[in-house]
Amino acid sequence: MKELFPVKQVMGYIFSLVLTAVALSVYFLDMSFEVGLTILLVTAFIQAALQLVFFMHAGESTDKKAIYTNVYYGIAIALVTVFGTLLTLIWGYM
Amino acid sequence: MEFFERFAIPHPSPLIYASMVAIGLTMIAIVVGITYFKKWGYLWREWLTTVDHKRIGMMYIISALLMLFRGGADAVMMRLQTAVPDNTFLDAQHYNEVFTTHGVVMIIFMAMAFIIGMMNFVVPLQIGARDVAFPRLNAISFWLYFAGAMLFNISFVIGGSPDAGWTNYFPLAGTEFSETVGVNYYMWALQISGIGTLMTGINFIVTILKMRAPGMTLMKMPMFTWSALITNVIIVFAFPVLTIALLMGTLDRQFGTHFFASTNGGMDMLWANLFWVWGHPEVYILILPAFGIYSEVISTFSQRNLYGYKSMVGSMVLISFMSFLVWVHHFFTMGHGPLVNGIFSITTMAIAVPTGIKIFNWLLTMWKGKIRFTVPMLYSVGFIPLFTIGGVTGVMLAIASADYQYHNTMFLVAHFHNVIIPGVVFAMLAGLTYWWPKMFGFMLNERIGKWGFWFLTVGFCLAFFPMYITGLDGQARRMYTYSEETGFGPLNMLSFFGAGLMAIAFILIVYNVYYSFRYAPRNVGQDPWNARSLEWATPNPVPHYNFSVTPVVNSSEAFWDSKKNGHQLFKDKIDKIHMPNNSGLPIIIAGLFFVFGFSFVFGIWVGVIAAAIGIFGCMAYRTFEKDHGHYIPVEEIQETEMKLEVRNNENR
Ligand code: HEM
Ligand SMILES: [Cu+2]
Repeated sequence: MKELFPVKQVMGYIFSLVLTAVALSVYFLDMSFEVGLTILLVTAFIQAALQLVFFMHAGESTDKKAIYTNVYYGIAIALVTVFGTLLTLIWGYM
Repeated sequence: MEFFERFAIPHPSPLIYASMVAIGLTMIAIVVGITYFKKWGYLWREWLTTVDHKRIGMMYIISALLMLFRGGADAVMMRLQTAVPDNTFLDAQHYNEVFTTHGVVMIIFMAMAFIIGMMNFVVPLQIGARDVAFPRLNAISFWLYFAGAMLFNISFVIGGSPDAGWTNYFPLAGTEFSETVGVNYYMWALQISGIGTLMTGINFIVTILKMRAPGMTLMKMPMFTWSALITNVIIVFAFPVLTIALLMGTLDRQFGTHFFASTNGGMDMLWANLFWVWGHPEVYILILPAFGIYSEVISTFSQRNLYGYKSMVGSMVLISFMSFLVWVHHFFTMGHGPLVNGIFSITTMAIAVPTGIKIFNWLLTMWKGKIRFTVPMLYSVGFIPLFTIGGVTGVMLAIASADYQYHNTMFLVAHFHNVIIPGVVFAMLAGLTYWWPKMFGFMLNERIGKWGFWFLTVGFCLAFFPMYITGLDGQARRMYTYSEETGFGPLNMLSFFGAGLMAIAFILIVYNVYYSFRYAPRNVGQDPWNARSLEWATPNPVPHYNFSVTPVVNSSEAFWDSKKNGHQLFKDKIDKIHMPNNSGLPIIIAGLFFVFGFSFVFGIWVGVIAAAIGIFGCMAYRTFEKDHGHYIPVEEIQETEMKLEVRNNENR
């Protein structure tokens, strides 16, 4: 019985509901723009990771290495792009 | 009447009306021709619905050649206009439209289609696979590209061409300054074909990672396959940026948002930024497969294995990442401080290092090799010095402070043509000539091919080297004319002459196809070039299942091993082969996308909604469709193989 019950997935499901609730709080609670956006960004990224690991089964097949390499590569590029853009258009703009 | 007025051309000229008539007549001729020769059934069964990677590859290449002529006609028009000072052949508006379509057509619809076509044809053969991982998706990719290309190409006769440059910078591209539907065409044509490209990227990554022949580890893949893998990784990470930027641009233009506006919290620089976040990786998407082709060609015709395989792979992996770190070099002059420019100056110069490594590897491959100067090899050898000049001027442009002098001048135009033409166009011609016998079962004539090469090379030097000089002297790019006093006249005339030679070269190349089709012997055997990698282990012409038996491989030059070192490629005996079924869905979906895009361009929302419903309908149909492919029975395979064997033996 224990093997059949998808504990991991149910936990993941509950966790993603919690994350959604937290994100939703930004709308209902009164907070500053910065705090709100930070909450949204953080929850969004955790949510995405969650989906990938629990529901899209990254890491459960023999392609684990290729999949994670691609994911990390993607994250690295996204970070470079976002911070590079901030640097060029805001911080380093004269 | 108002409804129809928007389809009229905003800036008509006799040239455009003439093209309109020409397009109409050509279309009628094609339809009549196909009907007359009763080829509709054949066309539908064998080509329009095919999922065979080889045929899709050929269709990409044929479309790319067509687009080369479209873009080439634009190029000649521009050079004609600027050949003499104060020329009035084109007016300013028309010139804007011509350089914009020239750039878009050449990059997105010519070069991209060419490299994707090459990858389609060659990669599965090189890795010993029977098709790509998702054959149906592959067909959709092609047809989406084709729909995008057609949408873009009708713009100049229906509603007006985009005219804000292929870079399409906002706010110029916003509705305030570009009132016609031209830029909408830009948005949707690129969007639709971009979706296709993105799917190709995913498809080929999976194909290369999952479908290699037994024994072919990553470090035993032929170099072209490596370059294809890296290219597709870059595609998957770069194209989403374009997708989103185009979407935001569309929203700005058609729904009144302000992402790229200079007011209301928008930021006009953001478009340039996003465009080049995609755009710089894009130039590596174009050049890496070219490098792959040169590696194959140079090692085959130097009759040596490729020097420094590992450093080749390493430098490509490095380039793939670094290509995402340099984009700001395209707008050094737009007002950032020295810190930003300093950083991107350095990253840009750094990326020249892995590129340089590859040049040395090719030189060392040729060193002590027994070189045969065939047409593909000529292109490769010509590429090395010309591309180096392009690289050196690139490093000059990378010096941010100096770029204030070069930016937006003809110097820049000379630079990027100097890398794109010897880099990408030469490579495609080399690859096309090299793999031609694999595609069509006969060789292209070497003598005409060499004439073509020399015309192209000399024409290229004459067309573009003068631009370095006039650029340094201050001739701005995208200017439709200049005055006599500037003294740019003679050099521009020279450049026009060079462009003419290049046009002759392309005509020679097409003539060569015709000539060889008529007169070339068909007895070329399966290995006319004495080549090295696995694709040459297939019979000629390649049967649609590619390999009757899955090959076993133990190096990156499996075919060479089997010829010279007694390696046994085919160990198993023939078994029934599982192949995917053809499908009409891809072309139908792409047709719907065309309607969708066209309606969106003109804001005909009924059409948009109807097409969208159709697209989702197709997807739903596909979801519930039971299509398990089919098996080719052993007898049929044996029969085909026998026929091919007889044919290939007769020919030896
Ligand atoms: C016969 C060969 C060619 C000639 C004579 C030619 C000539 C030109 C000229 C005169 C311009 C515009 C300069 C200006 O006023 O700003 C231009 C722009 C451009 N060309 Fe070419 N070209 C040729 C082939 C190619 C090829 C093969 C490609 C790409 C694979 C290409 C890509 C571009 C791009 C991206 C631009 C910039 C367009 C823009 O500024 O919006 N060209 N070319
Ligand atoms: Cu760049």
